[in-house]
Amino acid sequence: MTTPLALSQTAINFTYLVAAVLLIIGIRRLSAPPTARSGNVIASIGMAIAIVFTFLDRDIESYWLIAAGMAVGTVVGVASARLVKMTAIPQMVALFNGVGGGAAALVATSEFHRLAPAGGHLASDEIGAMLFSALIGSVSFAGSLVAFGKLQEILPGRPIVFGAQQVVNASLFAGLVACGALAGATESGLWIVFLLAGALVFGVMLVLPIGGADMPVVISLLNAFTGLAAASTGFVLENTALIIGGTLVGASGTLLTILMGRAMNRSLANVLFGAFGAAPAGGPAVAASADGKSYREITAEDAAVMLAYANRVVIVPGYGLAVAQAQHAVRELADLLEKRGVDVRYAIHPVAGRMPGHMNVLLAEANVPYPQLFDMEDINPEFPRTDVALVIGANDVTNPAARSVPESPIYGMPILNVDEATNVVVLKRSMNPGFAGIDNDLYYDPKTAMLFGDAKSSVEKLVAGVKAA
Amino acid sequence: MTLLNSVTIFVLAVFIGFEVISKVPAMLHTPLMSGTNAIHGIVLVGAMLVAGSADSTLEQLLGFIAVVFATVNVVGGFLVTDRMLEMFKRR
Repeated sequence: MTTPLALSQTAINFTYLVAAVLLIIGIRRLSAPPTARSGNVIASIGMAIAIVFTFLDRDIESYWLIAAGMAVGTVVGVASARLVKMTAIPQMVALFNGVGGGAAALVATSEFHRLAPAGGHLASDEIGAMLFSALIGSVSFAGSLVAFGKLQEILPGRPIVFGAQQVVNASLFAGLVACGALAGATESGLWIVFLLAGALVFGVMLVLPIGGADMPVVISLLNAFTGLAAASTGFVLENTALIIGGTLVGASGTLLTILMGRAMNRSLANVLFGAFGAAPAGGPAVAASADGKSYREITAEDAAVMLAYANRVVIVPGYGLAVAQAQHAVRELADLLEKRGVDVRYAIHPVAGRMPGHMNVLLAEANVPYPQLFDMEDINPEFPRTDVALVIGANDVTNPAARSVPESPIYGMPILNVDEATNVVVLKRSMNPGFAGIDNDLYYDPKTAMLFGDAKSSVEKLVAGVKAA
Repeated sequence: MTLLNSVTIFVLAVFIGFEVISKVPAMLHTPLMSGTNAIHGIVLVGAMLVAGSADSTLEQLLGFIAVVFATVNVVGGFLVTDRMLEMFKRR
């Protein structure tokens, strides 16, 4: 049965070409600040073209199932994209990525079911592509859900490790390859079910040992995986839109993963197998006080006076600021200080927040003037001329151990040199170590003063204090 | 379409994918990840083809879930990216 609307394959492929060009232009524009937003719009137009013209494909015999699925997906997608808080963006991206991977695996499985029983004459490239999408799509689905769980703090953010983990993972992977080979050889549905189940377990095992601080890199990697899984379904369905769209993401996602790793000075292998921050799991804060190191507390009033009479203040925002939703209060504080003639700047570490660029989004949301934001390379030389460095909920990115302690797991990571400022005020909930689980010597530096409490209420107290000063 | 055609398209797309984002500031890493994340929602095209030509109840079920998943990926992905980029524009 063909539908009356059906277009020829050539006509549809032509529209796919148009869609592919728009996707490429879209990604290109997304990678430069002034054009980024239009790039996203252009890419979405390309996507819309590909989707609309796929409806006219003659292979499609019934529309109701597609229409119903798209309706449900649109409601869920719009609602989650609109309602999510800006601080929860990383885990939202993880979820969207996971469902994409799941879709690729389901497409491959359904095609396998449709074609395999036909008599065992599937071309080897076709079946190989099916198994590849089923495998990678499932790994991406399960891995993304674990990443979501860690970022949402449903699962512990710390690396979950056990003995012989690498051996277990390696044998699991070998088992998956064997399952794939058997599924390919026998074309039996049983083996593909084993493959799918095994791939889900493997996805979980892959992400569990990775600490929360590395999640952005992992999500970016799984993003690339989903792209490749989608491209692979394109080989199965002989569809150019899928091959191009999926491969673009597979390639650019891989490069983006490398760039992100580089911003944190960590190799991909290190992220995947390093179990970052696993060692000091037993309460390093306690160990530190056992070393006899002591820290100095300060009241909000004293800190406010220090800020009000400074010439230059550099604010170092971190994830603690984001979770406390303190960005608006921080802006109020900065405005007050500026009015008193204080030179206020923000130092943005490349991985401040929970994803590279996340902090820029959060501060932009609070209407922080763009010229006040300084990248790490630009602000680091300024710290020796800074009277007060105000560290708000940032930890690992200020840890001097990254410069001086070769044994530290974060050694070599570029950091903000806040310890070079005349005074350092650290706003922090408690003395607990940061996301990476490493103690920070900055807090025991004699020129550092600690102001404990929720970032938002502490900043609000500082605002009141500056007004009174 | 022959396998060689598909492989040709694949290889060219790999090069374009690498080339097109070779210089991206750290500030845009998150929006770019989110934007490319939406783009792999192109798998919706595959989901539509599978759901639209399903022969059995199982295939219909798999196809339906695939369409839902892929639509969430596309719609949510583009909208959330736009929300992020909107923040930059107001500067």
